[in-house]
Amino acid sequence: MTQEELKSIEVAKTVDARGTACPGPLLEAKKAVGTIEEGEIMEILSADEGTKVDIPKWCNKQGHEYLGTVEENGYFKIYMKKGEEE
Amino acid sequence: MMQEEQLQNQIAELLKQVEKLTKSVTKLKSSRKDQLSIACVSGDMDKILATMIISLAAAAMDTKVKIFFSFWGLSALRDPKKNPKGKDIISKMFGIMLPKSKNSLKLSKMNMGGMGPAMIKFLMKKKNVLSLDEMFKQAAELGIEFIVCEMSMDLMGFKKEEMIEYPHLSYAGAATFVADAGESSIQLFI
Repeated sequence: MTQEELKSIEVAKTVDARGTACPGPLLEAKKAVGTIEEGEIMEILSADEGTKVDIPKWCNKQGHEYLGTVEENGYFKIYMKKGEEE
Repeated sequence: MMQEEQLQNQIAELLKQVEKLTKSVTKLKSSRKDQLSIACVSGDMDKILATMIISLAAAAMDTKVKIFFSFWGLSALRDPKKNPKGKDIISKMFGIMLPKSKNSLKLSKMNMGGMGPAMIKFLMKKKNVLSLDEMFKQAAELGIEFIVCEMSMDLMGFKKEEMIEYPHLSYAGAATFVADAGESSIQLFI
């Protein structure tokens, strides 16, 4: 997805994990993903550089779709679409 | 006629091989679980931190986590408020000389008489890294299992009564670790 598409995307949930470092954002994302439906989009805010790399790996393993990352001033917005439940 | 018979024999042979392969594939699939087994024998603050961070990340990825605590690693599971009775002199000495909880662990490098750990704790707070207390709480929520090595606990004179309250704590021997590690896709020794 392009940056423009990501910026205008409609999200079902936003997880603000800017107050925590690795592996905090991942833990918060895991908890939050249980509250959205399959096919819905979640946005994770993180100030941790590592999370930018970790979330796509997590998505890949859990069967979610990683959509992309938008860099904001001092933090990242990471987008993902929830996959099928196992 | 001969050819047909030959063909049939070949098919039977192939079927046998397929059956053999299916068997070994199912065996392979079931022998390696999506599981992380850690043998944590270190009682250094940095190594306990690494153990917990890796375990939490794995648990967040729905990987089953089992941490086998042994030797110096046991210090991280002690509760400083608990004071078990009936220890002999050597056990008492060990109890006094070793860290009384996860919050009084030393650093493996740059300990500097306790200044190092204090500095790391300050930096962790400043950089929003979860504290060990919070990590243990999250670990409990995520179902991370702690397994205490009975033998080393006994050797060092620790008692079950002085271990922390943790919902997924159990006691076992080395064979439990070997069995768990054998079926895990990831094994670590820290």
